Parts: sequence; structure tokens; C-alpha cells
Amino acid sequence: MSNPIRHHQFFHLIAAHAKEIIREPAVIFWGIIFPMLISLGLGLSFTQTRDVVHHVGVISDSADAGRNDSKIHAFLREHGQKVSEPAGHAPKYRLTVENPQLGDTTFVFTQTDWKTATVLLKRDRLHLIVEPAGGGIEYHFDPRNPDAELAYLKLTKAISGRPVASPEIAGNIEPLTVTGTRYIDFLVPGLITMGAMMSCMWGISYGMIDKRSKKLLRRMVATPMRKSNFLMALMVVRIGMNIIEAVLLFIFAYLVFDIAVQGSIAALIVIFLAGNIAFCGIAIFVSSRTANTEVGNGLVNAVVLPMTVMSGIFFSYHNFPDWSVPFIQKLPLTLFTDGIRSIFNEGAGFVETGIPAAILVAVGGIFFSLGLRVFRWH
Amino acid sequence: MAPAVEVQDVYKSFKNVRAVSGVDLGIESGRFAALLGPNGAGKTTLVEMIEGIQKPDRGEIRIHGMPWKGNEQRLRHIIGLSLQETRFIDKLSVWEILRLFASFFSLGKKRVNEILELVGLEDKRQAWVVNLSGGQRQRLALGIALLNHPRVLLLDEPTTGLDPNARREIWSILLDLKKRAETSMVLTTHYMEEAEKLCDHILIIDQGRVLREGSLDQLLADDTQEKIIEFTLDAAGLPEETVSAGAPFSIDWDSYNARGTVILDHIESQLPEFFEFLHQKNLHMKNMECRKKTLDDLFIELTGRRLHE
Repeated sequence: MSNPIRHHQFFHLIAAHAKEIIREPAVIFWGIIFPMLISLGLGLSFTQTRDVVHHVGVISDSADAGRNDSKIHAFLREHGQKVSEPAGHAPKYRLTVENPQLGDTTFVFTQTDWKTATVLLKRDRLHLIVEPAGGGIEYHFDPRNPDAELAYLKLTKAISGRPVASPEIAGNIEPLTVTGTRYIDFLVPGLITMGAMMSCMWGISYGMIDKRSKKLLRRMVATPMRKSNFLMALMVVRIGMNIIEAVLLFIFAYLVFDIAVQGSIAALIVIFLAGNIAFCGIAIFVSSRTANTEVGNGLVNAVVLPMTVMSGIFFSYHNFPDWSVPFIQKLPLTLFTDGIRSIFNEGAGFVETGIPAAILVAVGGIFFSLGLRVFRWH
Repeated sequence: MAPAVEVQDVYKSFKNVRAVSGVDLGIESGRFAALLGPNGAGKTTLVEMIEGIQKPDRGEIRIHGMPWKGNEQRLRHIIGLSLQETRFIDKLSVWEILRLFASFFSLGKKRVNEILELVGLEDKRQAWVVNLSGGQRQRLALGIALLNHPRVLLLDEPTTGLDPNARREIWSILLDLKKRAETSMVLTTHYMEEAEKLCDHILIIDQGRVLREGSLDQLLADDTQEKIIEFTLDAAGLPEETVSAGAPFSIDWDSYNARGTVILDHIESQLPEFFEFLHQKNLHMKNMECRKKTLDDLFIELTGRRLHE
């Protein structure tokens, strides 16, 4: 044979798996364009200086603040901007406190009675209820709601005549917009790891179950094809695709958000491959038995969903109860994401990510060999 | 020389269904054999055990003298097979699928080109599998089965669901192969014409057992001189009792189509008797045909059911 490599089954298996993926136009959208759109959408909405609106209910005996002589009503008449409302409705007032550094804060005051105010509060359409009491003002809000507490703090400052952040304090505020500390810096590494997990789990599991249900696996193992070649080719193609997707997403995030890798590129490559090996192994285990795509759907979701929610892709897993954090930190996607994120944002290298990478490879190896042991080719 | 395929007292059950129940068969090298039976007869289970895809619960299977155990790699190289309804990768071309399977046997482009010609898919080489017709897909499956010059070819219902033209195309490929006499074949089918046309040896299978086997002539050997008379009467809707009452021999009557069948042992004496009977009953014959016994008739005789029921 003139060229032994071109006749080798491994080469043809890789070519076949790769063509199968590339010829599906949806793969390009979901694998490449969609993660870019997510990063663009979430990146823009969380990196712009936010203008905040707080809705405040003002308990008023009379429909017109003009006839109320409490402190809050006096304040509204003096500083607020009256918003015309349809006849029969009490006028609303707006008050905007400008802050070029932290974003503007706008209060919208709705005059109402207690009953309506309580309903609106339950529906989260009011953050805060203020009530004239004696000569002063009484504030009502849910102390467990951080937005309500913030609205209270800002409003008391505004009413007491101080700006939201006084100049001497504002001088100390340095908004964090340097690379590595913004939300987008948190998000993009998560999107990369989540993308790799999804691609391994759905691509390998679903592809395998589909081939099993079409009896193609059965047909292939009825030839002298080596089973290990088949599985290795599937993993190599999938990891190759994941590398392309991750690089494209990174380039996009670099161009749009100026994101950067602060740590070791070599360590990044190693842990990326380790994470892929882990999820390829899990995917082969998950798809080792069933020939039913709906069962496969459930199995893949059972793996993918809890990790997507818990592993800190979109928000920090430290928001979960403390007792659950040590458990969450041991999930493969968490190890993978924390590792990649520390290399991106904290300048980490092999020292910090070596152990997680080794664990991920071990996880992949264990699930792969378990899966192979129970694998149903027929 | 050991037979190409040898099956001895093989049993296979699934949960509470006994699929194959004590089958013996031997197929000499170069012979074509058919496993003929209705759906659910156990043909696929039997052929998949011969293919080494399923293991028998009991009994032995040998191909060219070799059992599957311990000879898997060698046997995989000498057999070719097509499963019932394999769906190949939709978005690969005919050429790419053949190249992929050829690589499993360490074969190159030359053999793929030969196969394309053999199964008549040269002008479809760049077409994706998803765009092939049913007949073209079956020819592709057959081409894959033939890639490695198999000494034993095992085909599970290669023409089921195909139109008559597509079926004849497959038959002509297999008849060419038969002429070369290098390959033995086992084919499952529920079409008696397919078994008759392609195979020297036919095994009639039902409920996991071989009911009768032999060449077509042996199976239809007419020791009793039986003749089958099919006739239609000008009497649609007439109930069976009315037609059969007082008949000199049993009449199988299909009242909806007004069609009957009788089997006569001594046609010279019995046919006049039959006409006399019709005349007495004042029944008028529209059509009559005297024909040879078919495999379908034999199947009805053995099981009381038709092959296609």
C-alpha cells in the first residue's frame, strides 16, 4: 500500500466522525455562534455601568401630595419631578440622583394606601414602603432583600440631603473595570468549560445512542474493526472540535471585551484537555447501554443540568449554602472551571491546576473503563 | 472439507420467548441456502447467531470448521453480512462509507471501485446516504458485505420493502456471485420467489424450528400426484357451508372473492366428479386454473398459515 496511514481504519474513522459533525450546519451555530451570543449578551448587560431604578411606595391619606404636609411629601414636592398620571390616579414623583462613576439611581414614588402597597411589595414591584410617622419617616422593607436594603440606604441619604456617595467618599471608589475582575472575565472561562462539557456529553452520548439504535454499531463490530479505534476516534474528533470552539470563543471575547489569559498557556492547554478527557469518559459511560434516545436524553440531562447550575458557570457557587460548597467543589465541571478561571484571571499555572487536571484525567479514565466494561455494541 | 456453515442443535430464548428451538443445519461450500419463514419465525435470531452477533444458549455453530469462540478475528475476515435495516451515517457519501468499511479490512480504493461497479452505484459515489433510495441503500449494504471477498455471505432480508425492480437488481448481483462459486450464502426471506430463484437449499422455518428442508424439487416433490385447482364462481358472497355441503372433497372457499381451492389426488377421475358437483348445485364457473404446488402451499400444509400472514 502506497500510504499506510491513509488506509488505516483509525484515519478513516476520524474522517468519518469529523465529516458527520461538520456537515450538520446546526453544529456551527450551536457550537460556535451561540456561545458567542451568550457571552455578548451577558457580557454587555453586566459590564455596562448600570442605571438603577428603585420603586418606592408612599403611604398617603389624600390622593394629592400637595395636600399632605408630612416630611416625605414636602421632600417630593421640593425635589421630585411630578409624573402625570391618568385622571383619578395619584401623581407619581421621580427623583434621579446622578453618579457618573457608579451609575445613576432613579427613585419612582407611587402614592398609595397600605393594602395596595403590601400587594405591590409581594409582587416585587415595590422595594420599599415609606410612611409619614409623627414628624419623621418610617421605612418598611424586607431586610433579606438586598435590593430593598440598598434602596433604603440610598433614599435616606438622598432625603437627608447628602449625595449617594459624598465627594470625599467617592474619591476612594475605583470601579473595577480592569481585565480579570469584571463579570465577563468570570463568565467566559465558564462558557468555555460548559461548552466543552455539553459538546462531549451531547455529541458523544447522543451520537453513540443514535448509532446503536440505527444498528450501525452492530454492523461495525461485525467487521474486524477495533472497538478501541472507534471510541478513540470519536473522542479525538470531539476534543478537536472543542478546541476549535474554545479558541473561537476566546478570540471573540478578546476582540470584544479585551479578555486575556494571565497565567500559563501550557497549563491552560493541559487542564482543557484533562477536562475534555473527563467528560468524554463520562459520556461513554452514560451512553454505554441504552439504544433509546429518550432515555439517553434523560441520562445526559441528569449529568449536565446539576453541574451547569451548581458549578459556578454564571454565578459563584459560594451563593449556595456553605455545607454544599465542599461537595460542589469536587464536581468535575467545578474542578475544570475553577482551574481554567484561575489561569485566566489569577495568573495560575501548573502548581495550582496540576492536581485538578490529574483528577480530571483520572475521572475520565475510570468512567471510560467502566463504560467499556458494560458497553453494549449490539 | 468442513461445511461452510454448520449449526448443531442450537437454542436461543429471550425472556419468555423461545426464538430458536433446536435447529440443525449444514451448508456446503459454494451453496446458497434460504431460511424461509414468516415474520417472527426466528430467522433473524438464527442468522445473527451464525454471524457471531448473538450467542446461542445451547448448541454449536461452526463456520468452515471454526467455532466463534477463539476465532473471532479470523471469522470476521471471511464473512460478509448485511443486517436487517442498517442505517449508515446519513451525511457520508457512498464512496466515504465504502472507504470506511474497506479500511476495517485493510482494503484500499481499488476494491471500493470494484464494489461500486459490482452493485451498480458508480454514478452515486458522491451522493450522501440520506439521499439514496431504498433499493440503492440495500445495494450499498450488499456492497459493504462483499468488500472483503467473503467466503460466507449472510444476508438478513436483503430485499424486504423493495419494489420488484429493486428486488430484481439485488437478485441479479447475487446470481452473478453464485456463478463464480467462491462464496457460500445464507439468506433469510419471507418471499418464496426469492428462495426459489436464488437458493439451492431451502429451509422452511416457523416458531424457531426447521419444519422441512431440501432443494426446491425435493420440497415440492409430488409423491401423491396432488394437483391444485383454483377456481372462481359466479356466486360472490355465498357462504362456505353452502359451497362445501355435499362436496366429494374439501373445498377451501373465500366467499368475498368467490374463489375456491381444491386439492385433487387423481385429477382424471376427480375433475369430472367436481364439475358434476358444481352442475348439481347450479353453480357456474367463471375461471379455473390447475397449477403446481408452491412453497406457500407447502407452508400452509405444514402450519395452517400463509407465509405472509
